[in-house]
This record gives sequence, structure tokens and C-alpha cells, in this order.
Amino acid sequence: MKLFSFRALADVAWGVALAASCGIALAQEEPKVLNVYNWSDYIAEDTLKNFEKETGIKVRYDNFDSNEILHAKLVAGKTGYDIVVPSSNWAKIQIDGGLLAKLDKALIPNLANVDAETAGQIAKLDPGNQHLVVWLWGYTTVGINVDKVKAALGSMPMPDNAWDLVFKPEYISKMKSCGVSFLDSPSEIFPAALHYLGKPAFSKQTSDYQEASRMLQAIRPYVTLFSSSGYINDMANGSICLALGWSGDISIARQRAIDGKTGNKIEVLIPKTGGILFFDTMAIPVDAPHPKNAHAFINYILKPEVHASLTNKVFYANPNAQSTKFVKKEVAENPTVFLSAENKKKMIAPDAVNNDIRRLSTRLYTQFKTGL
Amino acid sequence: MNKLLARLMPNNPGRAVVIGVPYLWLVLFFLLPFLIVLKISVSEMNVGQPPFKPLTEMVDNFLNIRVYLGNFISLFDVANDDLYARTYLSSLKYAAWTTIFCLVIGFPFAYFMARARPTIRPALLMLVMMPFWTSFLLRVYAWKAILTTNGVFNQILIGLGIIGEPLHMLHTPFSLMIGMVYVYLPFMILPLYANLVKLDGRLLEAAADLGATPWQRFWLVTVPLSKSGIIAGSMLVFIPCVGEFVIPELLGGPETLMIGRVLWDELFSNNDWPRAAAVAVVTILLIIVPLAIFNKYQAESQGERT
Repeated sequence: MKLFSFRALADVAWGVALAASCGIALAQEEPKVLNVYNWSDYIAEDTLKNFEKETGIKVRYDNFDSNEILHAKLVAGKTGYDIVVPSSNWAKIQIDGGLLAKLDKALIPNLANVDAETAGQIAKLDPGNQHLVVWLWGYTTVGINVDKVKAALGSMPMPDNAWDLVFKPEYISKMKSCGVSFLDSPSEIFPAALHYLGKPAFSKQTSDYQEASRMLQAIRPYVTLFSSSGYINDMANGSICLALGWSGDISIARQRAIDGKTGNKIEVLIPKTGGILFFDTMAIPVDAPHPKNAHAFINYILKPEVHASLTNKVFYANPNAQSTKFVKKEVAENPTVFLSAENKKKMIAPDAVNNDIRRLSTRLYTQFKTGL
Repeated sequence: MNKLLARLMPNNPGRAVVIGVPYLWLVLFFLLPFLIVLKISVSEMNVGQPPFKPLTEMVDNFLNIRVYLGNFISLFDVANDDLYARTYLSSLKYAAWTTIFCLVIGFPFAYFMARARPTIRPALLMLVMMPFWTSFLLRVYAWKAILTTNGVFNQILIGLGIIGEPLHMLHTPFSLMIGMVYVYLPFMILPLYANLVKLDGRLLEAAADLGATPWQRFWLVTVPLSKSGIIAGSMLVFIPCVGEFVIPELLGGPETLMIGRVLWDELFSNNDWPRAAAVAVVTILLIIVPLAIFNKYQAESQGERT
């Protein structure tokens, strides 16, 4: 009996020692793998290739097209992803819920490249910028196919405020015949609608949402497509002439229309009262299997020439103060990508909303979409 | 140890194992997951991980059990919000129509196969099953390309001069039904065929000898005898259709209300796992309760006959 217990003890001790040594080995040497979960149409062709060449870390790259999907995955846990890219207002909920890890800033020397203004914006939701680094930023706005919209409006002049095109029945009703697309998510539509009504875009008042819902019901018959990613191609090939979408996406559509010689002239409008800003931020989930590689990836993206190449490809502004000289001239001069100080001031900053408001806006959005 | 085993399996251990395996399977992969879903459905929502609060809690040596029924109450609170009730009804409606269309198309199909020469039957069967070789998602996407406004179908119709303007077919109840019937048709045909192929031809001859018209033979002989095939096929189509998510999402319109979509919204837009679990529990009950009643009735009527 005595012998038996001694042997068992020895086994346990040996097992522990073995496990510990494995653990230490793992901590020192992460497998050269990185799993990234990012928005669709949000990267340059050579970004991952160059990263793999430089670091030897193999990247698996997956896409999503709404914050809701990413959030649901994070909440469910064990995503296997090392880098996720939530918008800052959603990232705040995720930070509060303990889903995102604190960054080890010592591993990201290129953080010095982030401009103070963007860092300040993020600090409002992530005090001390402890969890988030901006990938790119842009704004929710209105995009048009210039010729088709002019033809549809006929004798009517273009409205002074671009939001009128999508939210005012007398304008949007004219556009139904050439196709109208709305982003497909309550968290994108309601802030824009609330802002148009003169309410806080991320209001905490139920009555504000009811009012926005009534306005949306009135224009529902004229929305022909709900899409958060496919609308880029639909705009480029001319099956959509008006979109409530993201600034860079509409610019991508414009570029694709030019490259494909479709003859469609796509334009991003900056509403007089401002668009709804968003900052998509790189973050590391708490249960990320390869946090070291994730830090290396963030540091790589923050290289001025890498960040510039993203902007060159997808027409979203980057937060990298050193990247300006690498940005193509026509992109740098595009006033809808890098906003003028005056336009920047008009833009509405993102904010987080609580669960009750989210439930309400989902419910009202279903009502809006189904027309019931 | 051996004594214990012997006591657990008195007569024939082999028999107990054979019976036990399917039960074990059902417990592991049906009952257990269902109980987990049920547990989540009576929890409260939580922001964080896991996204629901625990049911039991030790406070000052008291074991507190908190069973939250709010999720079920709001599902049935029709006066306040009838979204869930409407969605259940609409899901059942689409599933019922799919079943009816599959039956109407599948029955002659299966009948023809069962009456075909035995040598070509395997080939026909193969043809029915062939679509399964392609990914289900790919086939649904193909319908998107066929039905879209400048798609193949519209181009053919315009080419033939039947219509001048392209028809708007994609993202309508029409395209939804096409997709659902197309995908689920084999599930109707296969059990019907298995049943009809066993149909005794002499019964039809006897009916004909006794002066029954072809129509009467069909309704009074073939259909009653193939009842079990019809029921099996209808169940195989109806039950998955109620919870179908992918086809309505890809081919249905934004106004299509399906329970799969509501579940998606609860899980993704609201991150309310408890409410989503409650929706799922009610869906399961909605399908299982009629099934159980039907089974009981079936067993009773068979008991009377023998």
C-alpha cells in the first residue's frame, strides 16, 4: 500500500514537472500562426503576404460584415482568433465585459505613429488606449450614382442635406426605380436616423427610437436592398443608385466602376449636418491562442507604409501620422477620405448603448425591415 | 464488478447493449443538449462570458435557485408584442406550403419511379440523389443567379418574347418557395418511392376487375396504402423547414418572417442567449407536441386494426 501511494505521488510529481516544462516552452515559443477576423473589403492584397514574409508567421484571415456577428462570437468565447477588429463603440462593451485583453505596449513600438487626435477619440471609450489600436476609420453616409440620381430627380434640385436623399420620402421615392440600398444592421441605421431627426445619434431615450422608427416606416417601401457588403458591387455595376453605406465602401464602388469601365459615376456625399463616425480597432481577445503574434501584427500594421497601403486600397483614413507620404496623391487629395478640419468637426462621434436600447433597436429594425 | 454488470443486465447482456446504444445516443445528443438549452432559456442575460447568469448561487449558506420565466412570458405576451407569434405562424405557413408543393410534385415523381422498369430504377434513384453531391449552399446560390433581375431565367423569358421587362423574382415569397421546394424535394421522393415500390400491383388489378376507374383506384387503393410514405416524407420536409435559416436568408425577401431569422437576431443583434434559447424551446415543442399526438393516434388506430 505504502509503495503504491509513493509511486502514485512520484507519477503526479513527474506529470506536473512535465506539464510545467511544456507550459514554459509554449510561453517562450508560440507557434508561428495568427488568426485574424476582420471586416470584408478592408485590406490590401499584399498586406498579409508581406507580414508572412517578414515574420514567418502564417496568417489565417476571416471576414465578417457587422459588429453584431463579431460581438456574438466574442461573447460565445474560444473564437480561436488572435486579432479582431470591432468598431470602438462595440469594443467598449467588449472591454467592459472582459472580452478583450490589455495590450502590452512594450511589444508595439510603432504605437508612437498613432496621431494624437485619433488616440484621443478612442480614449473616450477606452481610457488610456489600453486595449484598442485603430485599423482604419470612416463614417456612415450617403453615396450616389450621380447620373442616375440626377435623372431620377428630374426637375428637383439635389437636396442641401444629403441625408434628405435617404430619409425624406419625396426624394427617396424617386430613387426606388434605380435601386436603394441600406446597411443591414440596427446599429448602423438607427444612429443615422436619430441624427437626421436632430436627436443624439446614440440616444438613450426610448421615445427617440420610436420616433426614428416612424420615420423609417414611411420610407421602407422605397428601400430595395439591405446589404452591408454586397452593395459595393451593386453600386459599381449600376443596379443600385443610392446607398446608405460606409464612406470607404462607396469609394471602393467608385473605383471598381472606373476599373470595370461601367460608366457609372459613383460619389460619396458628406452630409451638411455630418456623417456618423466609426473607428474600427484592432484588439486581442482575452483567450487568444497567439497573443505575441497578435502584438507583432499590430506593430506591423502600424508601420507607415503598411497603413498607407491599406488606405490606398480601401479609401478609409488611417490614424498613422507618419503614413501621409506613402498615401497615393489621388487618395490623399480625396476630401471624402481625409476630411478637412471643417468637415471633421461636423462628424458625429460613436458611443456605446446599453442592452435595453439594443433590444429595442433590433425589434424596431425588424419591424422596419419586414414592414410589419 | 462482474456481479454488478450481471445485475444490470439480467438475461442477455448483448441485447441490453444493442438496445442501450440508441438510447445512449439519444440521451447524449438529443436530451442533454435540449436540457442545456432549456437551462439557458430560464436564465437571465449577462454581458460578458458566458452570456447568461448562473441558475444557482450560494449566498450565506442558502442555495438560491433563480428560475427566470421572463423569456417565455415575453414570447407569449401577444398584446405587448406579437412579433414572435407572427413569426411562428409564418414559419409554420411556409413549412406547410413547402410540404404541400413537395408532395404534389414528389408523389407523381415517386410513382413514376416505382412503376419504371426495375432495371432503370437504380439509375432514376441516382438522379434524385445526385444534387446532394453538390454543396447545398452552392445550389441555393445558383438559384440566386437564375432568378435575379438580369439573371438567366429573365433573359430566357425576354429572349422568347414572353415578357418585355425583367420580372422581379429574387427576394420574394416566390423565390423562397422555389428554393425550399427544390432543396427538400428529395426528402419527400425517397420515402415515397420506398413505399410505393412495395405496393402490390395485384391490388390495383383486383380493383380494376371490380370496376374501379383509374381515379378511384388511385384514391381508394394507392393513396391509403402509401399513407405511411406520405407521412414520413411530409415529416422529413416539414420539420426542418420550420427552422430553416439559410434559404430564407439567401432567397427570401426582407419581409420574410422566419423563426430562424428571429433566432439569429436574438443571438447576434441582442446577444440574448436566454431569449434565443426560449425561442428554440418553443419551436421544438411546437413541432414535437403535434408529432407526439399524431404518433399516439397512429398507434391507437393500428392497435384497433390488429
